[in-house]
Order: sequence, then structure tokens, then C-alpha cells
Amino acid sequence: MIEQIDLSMVGWARATFALTALYHWIFVPLTLGLSVLCAFFESIYIRTGNEQWKSLTKFWMTLFGINFAIGVATGIILEFEFGTHWSNYSWIVGDIFGTPLAIEAILAFVLETTFFAVMFFGWNRVSKKTHLFSTWMVALGSNLSALWILVANAWMQHPVGMKFNPDTARFEMQDFWELISSPVAISHFVHITSSGFLLASLFVVGISSWYLLKKRHIQFAKRSIAVACTFGLLSSLFVAFTGDEHGYVTARTQPMKLAAMEALYEGKTPTGLIAIGLINPNKKPGDDQDAFSFKVEIPGMLSVLAKRDFDGFVPGINDLVYGNAEQGLMSTEEKIRRGKLAVASLGDYKKAKKNGEHLVANNALSVFDQHRDYLGYGYLNSPEEVVPPVALTFYAFRIMVGLGTFFILLFLVYGYLMEKKQLENKPMILRLGVLSLFLGYIAQQTGWIVTEVGRQPWAIQDMLPVTVARSNLDSGTVAVTFFLFLALFTVLLIAELKIMTKQISIGPEGE
Amino acid sequence: MFGSLDWSTLQQLWWFIVSLVGSLFVFLTFVQGGQTLLLTITGDEDEKTLIVNSLGRKWELTFTSLVVFGGALFASFPLFYASSFGGAYWVWIAILFAFIIQAVSYEYRRKPNNFLGQKTYEAFMFINGSVGVLLIGVAIGTFFTGSNFTLNDYNLVQWTHPLRGLEAAFSLFNLSFGLFLVFLARTLGALYLANNLEHENLVAKLKASSFNNLLCALPFLLYVLISFVLMDGYAVNPADGTVVMEANKYLNNLLQMPLNLFLLLVGLVLVVLGVMLNRFTASVRGIWPAGLGTVLTCLAIFFLAGYNNTAFYPSKVDLNSSLTIYNASSSHYTLTMMSYVALTVPFVLAYVSWVWRQMDSKKLTIEELAADKKSY
Ligand code: HDD
Ligand code: HEM
Ligand code: HEM
Repeated sequence: MIEQIDLSMVGWARATFALTALYHWIFVPLTLGLSVLCAFFESIYIRTGNEQWKSLTKFWMTLFGINFAIGVATGIILEFEFGTHWSNYSWIVGDIFGTPLAIEAILAFVLETTFFAVMFFGWNRVSKKTHLFSTWMVALGSNLSALWILVANAWMQHPVGMKFNPDTARFEMQDFWELISSPVAISHFVHITSSGFLLASLFVVGISSWYLLKKRHIQFAKRSIAVACTFGLLSSLFVAFTGDEHGYVTARTQPMKLAAMEALYEGKTPTGLIAIGLINPNKKPGDDQDAFSFKVEIPGMLSVLAKRDFDGFVPGINDLVYGNAEQGLMSTEEKIRRGKLAVASLGDYKKAKKNGEHLVANNALSVFDQHRDYLGYGYLNSPEEVVPPVALTFYAFRIMVGLGTFFILLFLVYGYLMEKKQLENKPMILRLGVLSLFLGYIAQQTGWIVTEVGRQPWAIQDMLPVTVARSNLDSGTVAVTFFLFLALFTVLLIAELKIMTKQISIGPEGE
Repeated sequence: MFGSLDWSTLQQLWWFIVSLVGSLFVFLTFVQGGQTLLLTITGDEDEKTLIVNSLGRKWELTFTSLVVFGGALFASFPLFYASSFGGAYWVWIAILFAFIIQAVSYEYRRKPNNFLGQKTYEAFMFINGSVGVLLIGVAIGTFFTGSNFTLNDYNLVQWTHPLRGLEAAFSLFNLSFGLFLVFLARTLGALYLANNLEHENLVAKLKASSFNNLLCALPFLLYVLISFVLMDGYAVNPADGTVVMEANKYLNNLLQMPLNLFLLLVGLVLVVLGVMLNRFTASVRGIWPAGLGTVLTCLAIFFLAGYNNTAFYPSKVDLNSSLTIYNASSSHYTLTMMSYVALTVPFVLAYVSWVWRQMDSKKLTIEELAADKKSY
């Protein structure tokens, strides 16, 4: 399909996608959660009629608006980037992938932006009830957009509900419900929204803690913490629960990613979990070096987490690359062989059809049909290519999970101290609260690194490697755009941070 | 319901839906037009603030309709999405930049400590309203003038011009089309603002401005219309899908689809009518006929490009690589699915108009803005 593969172009395109997605992801989780928190705050205002809750709501909405604007700015690039940088991808899977994207725009973005205007400018223009309704609609809209985009992303992790059409040379949708009800989509969605709620809670708690440390806006800060802390505790528990579920799903759908997350080379029964470990940088698949230079292992734990069974077999990288007859795992070499047959027979089929040789075409098609499930492997050259960057995936996963556990403790401590009316006398805890705001962002980013880096080299798991998904551009062109985006976003990010911190130091009005 | 329609009916339906979203977007570029008016029309800081805030309540609507347009094209005509975006790369990247910088401008313009300063954000708005709209016009122009690409057996695009899409800006037709959109946006912007604001002096200036901008748009519009009558077009043979050049193809389309000709003429008349209403009567409601007229005109132009066996994204270098609504579309299944989704569109439009009727029931005044800390 692709005559020459320009690897450095693919590298730049990936870098550009990673850059823009990670920037988008700085702002999105806060939008997801803060919209809900604002709706809580405003609901309390409407119920109590207390004007102080109104100014509290307005303060958090101001920060929401600053964050929202740049979230929108970074989002539009991602949408167009599928076309500009991954145009072959857009054609080969556009029949399936475009649908959730379009639905997201029609059903979620329009909802969000329409009611956003009411929420911001409608205080004196619509009734209180309509205003509150609008705030809830913004929360609903932003979380609905998460739903649809995650259906799209989940489909890339675990493609279902489609079939390859040799005549058009693309994948075509067969069953939309399968896309929506895919277990990966559901576990993605619940984990993402709850982690967004968690981040927003950390945001509110962190900023309020800073006020308490500075002895400013004390009552405002305590009220904010009371709501955010409750919400945060519930969300963080849910994050851990859904995260565990997510891992279980990944074990079934993307075993190679799971093996990379755990830096597991040889599968065993039962398999232990490396709680803390230092990866040996020289380790290669298939060699006999130790994967770790240091590790703390909990025996059997990984089998329990990944298979829900103490004796469950968790395949390692070597099992997946070189095959494991005992466990019925086919080697990647064999998959590549079959994939190459699929690619070749597809070519024969297209050629024969063009020349009107029906018999030849039919023969080629039946060869293709036998091997079509391995089509994606046909573009790989060596079995080791299916191994994603192990160390990055491994460490990123540990950071996320470690922080997730820590946040639960943090909210418990905050809740306890609030209850005892001791919080403002504990500067160390308050500082930890401020710091956690930044840790929340780190947890978010590392989460996506696990998901996306862990599925390399696939743009669509087992179907389409990134090298084929790309556009026909030369690497210089893509590199130029990379730096343009980098410069523009960095400038905008600095502007956003300066405005945000200024608004925080001004504090809530009329209090 | 939709599943029983045949594929080509669905493809035509989807060209209609995409055209509708695109036309609504062009109407909503009154926001962009308004942004460029800032440079030519304002008197004092108060008037400027009024303009920015009035536009600032609507900019997201325009932006989101662009996103919907992109998403709908991706889902219904993925081959266009792939070929045009991945091929005419630099045009799209430039358009993207022009919209990224707009998205933060309203919110950040007057916030304390905003790093770049008020002037920069206003420059961003101007670039978005001028370069952004111009390039979108140029990109739509290539629906008629054609582009430089080939597709291989696997439908993968190869661009054959080193400027990767920017070369389209050197065609007089595309450029005229773009400039027409820029001045149309300014006309609509002035009409919209005149209706939305309460400020005697400013409204008078806006009423004059809509007329002047329409005059500026006129020569470009005429050039485009005359070209439509004269130019050769890319015709598809319905039997085997091959594409050939046909003399006066777009004129033929207009004559063979009289309804389309009617749409085009009524649309243009309504636009002129709206402007006249504001210019020569005391009314400020010209935005309504002009807005409707814009939508009808744009619909007619999109129909001209896609219907009646015409290639809507033609290739100049290899006629048979040209995209038609038949060879560029999604599968029957996907179009059916998406048609069900499209059933929600009237509902969406209904709540959007309901919200805006509530929000715009009072005109925007300086007093209100002064009292509101969140004003832009
Ligand atoms: C505040 C952020 C945050 C926190 C504290 C956690 N996560 Fe998470 N995690 C994310 C934010 C996130 C994320 C950024 O939202 C990801 C990326 C993709 C996704 O679906 O969610 C993610 C992905 C993700 C994956 C998916 C990898 C894949 O795609 O297969 C797993 C298995 C977990 N998480 C597990 C956990 C566990 C067990 C946690 C324990 C407490 C946890 N996460 C805390
Ligand atoms: C918003 C959070 C996201 C982040 C932080 C993120 C991060 C990344 C990263 C780091 C890469 C490069 C991986 C590598 O080259 O090793 C990547 C690639 C990619 N991601 Fe994501 N991603 C996100 C969301 C999504 C979503 C929602 C989609 C699809 C809807 C998506 C689709 C892709 C595609 C198409 C690529 C390029 C192909 C590839 O390299 O796999 N990403 N992303
Ligand atoms: C690669 C995939 C993605 C694409 C193509 C994309 C596209 C976009 C676009 C075009 C916008 C601006 C919409 C507007 O006009 O208002 C946007 C904003 C938004 N996106 Fe993304 N997005 C992606 C990833 C994600 C993910 C993974 C999530 C959530 C889980 C998400 C949630 C949101 C939300 C909540 C907004 C609202 C504004 C804000 O960010 O503050 N997006 N996105």
C-alpha cells in the first residue's frame, strides 16, 4: 500500500500528535470536573439563597472560563490533525472513526458551548432556574464529549464492529452498537470522567489550601474544601476501582501493553506484581538478562489483578513475540508471515480485478480471506517491532497508580481535619494539598502515556501500524509544524498560567 | 427508515447535510467579519468593548459549527477529509492557526496580566477574521478550480505541487471567492451588531458600514458569478464514474437544476434586501433576511459543486482521481447510522435558538458591561 516508509516523518507526526494531545489533556480533565463542581456550588446557592455561595460559584467559574478557552483552542487541532498528519488512517478507518467524532461535535460540543454562554453571561438575562439548568448542561455536555471521543479512542485500542472491504481497501463499519458497548470504551469513560472529577477536586482543594496558608478568604476556602473534598474522596475511590477494571480489560484486549506496563518478559503461573522496580536498560526481548536491577515483588498479585485468578497465566513479552505453544500463543513471526500473504493477495486481487481477470481475482480473494485477520502484521518487518517502549510504560504506570493511592489518603486526611476543625492549623498538610494540585496533572499525563505509548507500534491495535497510518508528507514539513505548534502552545500556556494565577491572587469578589 | 434508502440517495442526503452545516458556518462568520470591523469602525474604547462583547457571546457558535462541519465531513466523506487535509496541507494548517488564536482572544484580551497584551489579542481577532475567512474561501474555491493531486489504487493521496495547497491562493477565482467571503462576513457582522447593540452613534455607523462592505463584496461576487457561467467544469459519467471536462458545466448545472438557480438568486436578493433595510429604513433587523440569504446562496454554491454528476473535489492533474459524492463517501451502513444521528439536528437547532432568544431579548448596553466583571 505504501511504497516507501519515511520513518523520520512518522516520528515527527507522532511527536506532533503526542504534543498536541498532551497539551489538550492539560485543560480537558479540569473542564470535565470543574464544570460539575460549579454545578454543585450553584445548586447550593440556589437552595440556600446565600449570596456568598453565589460569589464562590462565580469565582470558580472565572477559572473555568480561562481553562475552557484554551481547551477549545487545543481541541480543534486534534480533530484536523487526523486529516493532515494521518490521512491514510483517515481514509482507511474513516468509515468507522469519523462517526463518534461527528456525534461528539453535534451532540456534545454544541450543547456545551450554547449553555456555556448562558452560564457566563446569563446571570442577569435568564431566570435563576434556567441559569442553574445551563450550568448543569455545561457539565453534561463536557462529559458527553468525553464519552464520544473515548468511544473513538477505545476503538483504536480494541477494534470491533467492522470488516475490511478489499474493493475499497478500507475497514467499514458493521455494527455501531459494538463500538459503543465495547468494554474498553466503557472502562475508558468511567475512568476518565472520574479522574477528571478527581483532578478538579484537587484543583479546588489546592487553591483553597493556599488561601488558608495565606490566611485569606478563610470562610470561602473552607466552604470550597468541604464540597471538593467530599467529591474528591468519592472520585478517587472510583478512579482506583475503575482503574483496576481498566487493567483487567487491557489484560484481555491488549496483552502486549499489559506486559509492557509490568515489564514482564516471561509469563508464569502465578505471576507476581512488581510494586517498585528499577528497569535494566540493556534488557532486550529474547535475551537472558534480568529485566530489573532492583525490585520489590508481591507474589501472585498480577495474576489476581489481570486474570482475577491466583493461578492465572499472564503472558510476558517473550511469550507474545516468540509464541508459547503450551498456552496456545502464536508467534509474531507467524503472524507476520500470514500478514504478508494477506497484503500480497490483496495486491493481486486489485490488479486482477482491474484487468478483468475474474478467476485470478477470486483466487486471490480467497487467499486474502484466510489471512485477513493478520493484515496489519504484514507491514511489520521483524517480530520485535511489536514491543512498545517498556521502561516509559512501566514507570508511567507506577507513577499514576502511586499517585492515585496517595490522593485517596490525602482526601481522607483532609476530611478528618475538616471534621475536627483543625485544618487551618496544619500548614504541612495544607502545603501538601497545594502540591497535590500539580501531582494531579502528572497523574493525568502519565495515564495517557501508558495508554498510548503502550499500544505502539499500532495506530489501530493489530490492524494498522502507525507507519501506514501516516500522510504522504516529508519529514521537514511535519517538523516545521511541530515547532510551530510547540511555540504557539507554549506562548498560550504561559498566557493562561499568568492570567489564572493573577485571578487566583485577586480572589473571590464581594466576600 | 434510512436503511432502506439506496446508497446514492444517502450520499445525496449527506451532501445536503454537509452543505447545510457549511452554509450555517458561513452565516455565522459574522463573528469573524465583526472582528475585522474593529479596525475600521470604532470610535472610543466603549464602542470597541461593546463590539467585542457582543461578538464574544457568539464566537463559540461559529467555532463549533466549523468543528461540526469538519466532523460531519470526516464521517460522511472520509476520502475528502483524507485527501484534502493530508494533501492541501499548508492551507489547512494556516486555517487552523487562524482559528486557534481566536479561541483564546476574547477570554484573555482584557484580563489582567495576560502576557501578550490587549493589542496582540485584537490582532489575533483580526487575523482570524481576514486571513482565516479568506483561506476558507480559497479552499472552497478549489471545489470548482480543482487541485493538484492523484490517488493510487488504494485511494492514498499524493500531492503534486510543492506548495501543498497554498498554490490555490494564486487562482483569481479562488481569491475572488475568498475576498467575497471576507466582505460578506463584514457585511453580516455590521448587520448583526446593529441589531444586537444599544448605542445610537455606533449603530448609525454600523448601518452605513454594512452597505459599504456589500459594495466592496460586489466586484468579487460578480467575478465569481461570471466565472460560473463561463468556466469549464468537471463532469462525472454516471455509468462508469469517469470524469471529463465539460464546457460551461456549472452553467449547465444551474439550468438543469432550476431550483438551485432559484436558491442562488433568492439568496442574493435577500442579502441585498437585508442591507437595504438597514441602510435606507430605520429598521435594524436586516441581519435576518441577509442571514437567510447567505445560507441559501451558500447552499446553492455547494449544490453546484456536488450535485448533477459533478466532481466536488476535482483533480487538475489526473481527472480520474477527482472526488465525487459517490466515490468519496462512507459505506451504506455508516451513512445510515449517521442519518439517524442527523435526526437530532433540528432538535439541536431548536434549543440553540431558544437559548439565544432568551439571551438576546435585551440589547447589550455599556451599562450592563460596566457592571459585569466577566465582560471581555
Ligand atoms: C488523576 C488521574 C489518574 C489517577 C489518579 C489514576 N488514573 Fe489511571 N488513567 C488516567 C488517569 C488517572 C487517564 C489519564 O485518564 C487514563 C489514560 C487513558 C484512560 O482511559 O485513562 C488512565 C489509564 C489507566 C489505565 C489504562 C491503560 C490502558 O489503556 O490499558 C489503567 C490500567 C489505569 N489507568 C489504572 C489506574 C489505577 C489502578 C489507578 C489507581 C489508583 C489509576 N489508574 C489512577
Ligand atoms: C487526550 C489525551 C491523549 C494523549 C495524552 C495522547 C497521547 C498520545 C501519545 C503520547 C502518542 C504517541 C505515542 C508514541 O508515539 O509512542 C499518541 C499517538 C496517537 N494517539 Fe493519542 N493521546 C490522547 C488521546 C487520543 C485520542 C482520544 C485519540 C483518538 C481519538 C488518539 C489517537 C492517537 C493517534 C491517531 C496517534 C498517532 C498514532 C500513534 O502514534 O499511535 N489519542 N497519542
Ligand atoms: C484526539 C482526540 C480529540 C479530538 C479530535 C478532540 C477535539 C476537540 C475539539 C475540536 C474541541 C473544541 C470544541 C469546541 O468547538 O468547543 C475539543 C474540546 C474539548 N474536548 Fe477534545 N478532542 C480530543 C480528545 C479529547 C478527550 C480524550 C477528551 C475527554 C476525555 C476531550 C474532551 C473535550 C472537552 C471536555 C472539550 C471542551 C473544551 C475544553 O477542553 O475545555 N477531548 N476537543
